[in-house]
Amino acid sequence: MGGRALSEYRNLIDAACPGAAVDEFEGPGDELTIEIARGRIREVCRFLKGEPAAFRQLSDVTCVDVLAGNDRGDRFRLAYQLFSVESGDRLRLRVWADADQPEVDSVTGVWATANWHEREVYDMFGVRFTDHPDLSRILMPFDWEGHPLRRDYPLGGEEVKFSDAV
Amino acid sequence: MALIPPPGAPVERAPRTDASIDRDLRDVVETAEEEAFVQRLLTTTVDRALSWARSSSIWPATFGLACCAIEMMHTATPRYDIARFGAEVFRASPRQADLLIVSGRVSQKMAPVLRRIYDQMMEPKWVISMGACATSGGVFNNYAILQGVDKIVPVDVYVPGCPPRPESLIEGILILQRVIGAKGQPSSVDLMRAQGLPVPEDAARVAAHRQAWAAAR
Amino acid sequence: MSIEPGDVFALEAREAREIARREGRPLAETERVVAMVEASTAQEALARTRANEEVSIAARPGARDPMIINLGPQHPSTHGVLRLVTELDGEVVRDIHPVIGYLHTGIEKQCENKTYWQAITLVTRMDYLSPFFNIHAYAQSVEKLLDLEVPSRAQWLRVMISELNRITSHLVWLGTSGLELGAISIFFYAYRERDRALDLFEMISGERMNNRYFQVGGCADDMPPGFEKLLRQFVTEMPSRIDEYEGLLSANPIWLERTRGVGALPAEQLIDLGITGPALRAAGVDLDLRKARPYSGYEHFDFNVPVGTNGDAYDRYLVRLREMRESVRIIEQCLDGMPEGAHISDNRKVVLPPRGELATSMEALIHHFKLVTEGFPVPEGEAYCAVECPRGELGCYVVADGGPKPVRVHMRDPSFVNLQALRPMAKNAYLADLIVMIGSMDNVMGGVDR
Repeated sequence: MGGRALSEYRNLIDAACPGAAVDEFEGPGDELTIEIARGRIREVCRFLKGEPAAFRQLSDVTCVDVLAGNDRGDRFRLAYQLFSVESGDRLRLRVWADADQPEVDSVTGVWATANWHEREVYDMFGVRFTDHPDLSRILMPFDWEGHPLRRDYPLGGEEVKFSDAV
Repeated sequence: MALIPPPGAPVERAPRTDASIDRDLRDVVETAEEEAFVQRLLTTTVDRALSWARSSSIWPATFGLACCAIEMMHTATPRYDIARFGAEVFRASPRQADLLIVSGRVSQKMAPVLRRIYDQMMEPKWVISMGACATSGGVFNNYAILQGVDKIVPVDVYVPGCPPRPESLIEGILILQRVIGAKGQPSSVDLMRAQGLPVPEDAARVAAHRQAWAAAR
Repeated sequence: MSIEPGDVFALEAREAREIARREGRPLAETERVVAMVEASTAQEALARTRANEEVSIAARPGARDPMIINLGPQHPSTHGVLRLVTELDGEVVRDIHPVIGYLHTGIEKQCENKTYWQAITLVTRMDYLSPFFNIHAYAQSVEKLLDLEVPSRAQWLRVMISELNRITSHLVWLGTSGLELGAISIFFYAYRERDRALDLFEMISGERMNNRYFQVGGCADDMPPGFEKLLRQFVTEMPSRIDEYEGLLSANPIWLERTRGVGALPAEQLIDLGITGPALRAAGVDLDLRKARPYSGYEHFDFNVPVGTNGDAYDRYLVRLREMRESVRIIEQCLDGMPEGAHISDNRKVVLPPRGELATSMEALIHHFKLVTEGFPVPEGEAYCAVECPRGELGCYVVADGGPKPVRVHMRDPSFVNLQALRPMAKNAYLADLIVMIGSMDNVMGGVDR
């Protein structure tokens, strides 16, 4: 493990993209998270992919629907899992998207793998990605209404009819 | 009063009432050649013979969905050897198959496709619902999964399990063989037609199901 | 009324167009492609192709328009319900567009409605060829959030069973991808050993597949009596069985001809596409999470990470076969050095008390009742843990809010990610090679669609 500390990554980002990193979180365990301002995510990702951070692989992009929202009223919290093939380091970037018109810059141009991850987030949460080459539903049928993984979307299925009067 | 006659005593039989039985082949056997011929003779109806033949060589469609499909593959391997029961010829084309084993969870997106595959199969055709998911949605009682494949196709045999063991599937196929063959039982789709029940039969119904579900939400 | 061929897909195309019109945007690429397949009737398709040809021949003499062929979702060689919209120029694939979601199960949504221990049942059924890895990733994430120590015996048990699972998963891959290339006998050989391994799974966990054996905090039970002997027998025999597979395939001219040089991509592009596991290692990148970020005590084991050179289907085959040999070695080390101790953590707030205590201890009964009815609370936070599953990096991202149910469970499934490499691979390859590529990537649709 390369084992760079969170503060080192924060400093790297601050030096290359001043003002892009908004906040940082550490733990539980070895989890490192840096919160990035919404409009800056593509810039930060492009920087982190190259030297010196060398996060050449994007493991995952996903989203959490925080129904209560954060203090700015944003609701969707995106998580980008970065992975460095050389050092084995992991870093998570966090970006908030707002509740009504969630929209975030696509990072497909940085890592090709982001294509399907972002489509999945769009399908499941309705977060739109600017400049995505193929933003369409991926898991659900095209005519599906709603975005299933939103917290206010019901689980669905059928009610099981258990009778108490046996 | 002795109910059981002692050994060697002649057994009294009721006289035959049906005159047609008197014309039974056995009664007109005269020569030894005829005797030998009759011993090798089996009388049946064409229908029964057909059913017997069909039940002894079921051709399932190569249609795998999820975990159950892996166990379905196991039934074709030497240890379980489904060939013992004449059902080893998995056909990739539904047009050559007469059994659809729905092996796994059926999603809302897959449901119309599955229905289409069923429609492409030639009659007579049968359906085995393999596993809890295909039968009732299993543990996945949610927006994505069809709660039972019998909503879109008629099912003849349900095989429980998550996933069912290969032995269970073989048991299911044996039950299906009884349904098709020896007992001459009608298939579930025939039963539904005879009773005037709505047979899930078209894409419109699948679409209606989807819409009804969306409306209920 | 029966369905006319094309009806279902035509409906889908109309819907796609209608939705795009309503939202006032052009069709996205996948939507356009799906709409392209809906050639309503064969006559219409032919007429359209001819019309297109006339136009393109007029523009560029000798040019041909691609023929659109829909492959799947029900196709014997797509390893499940994968649908590929293929643009063909004769036998050459010009482009493919994977359409997925035909096995979407809503597992992630349902996990949010279950307590942490109940959700294990659901994640197990995701990638159905590697049930143990699914739970392993999930359990590790929850353990990280709980800051729960897993006893070393439990860790070793997990490693042992995971490696056995790796063998069974590779055996399915070997059997089925052989089957697709017409090598039927390898299927019977591979499943013979798989059945024996499944017997071992059944012995230790009670089920052949979808085993709910790993728990948060350890394993459900210790090895049953007689298990060790049978497992030893299995691992002693396994190398000679792998020799048999190699004897059948490694120098088989048809196998070589069909797999060599097929589906190779440069390592740099594979990394960019997020590819992990044997598909990446075959291209010469020495990336294995068991070495790169050791978990569950993998740092104590002596094993090699096989890598290939060309990254083609043949190299992937070689890498997987060697991986099975390495797995056998790891299992042997597990059996030899299995530490003494408990098979599960003794934290009563998280782990069910032993069955025997229920009859004697009131406290155990209360813990049992509370765990089963309410589940255990997990402190607020988020964790991402990954394991090296037979297909690559299987990650699990769990977000907790302090309650007994997760806010979000997301699985980063290697099949989902690796499938993206199919498109660049298949461009300008032969259609027959496309089948080899699908097979050699070893995607499990249950993991792709979740």
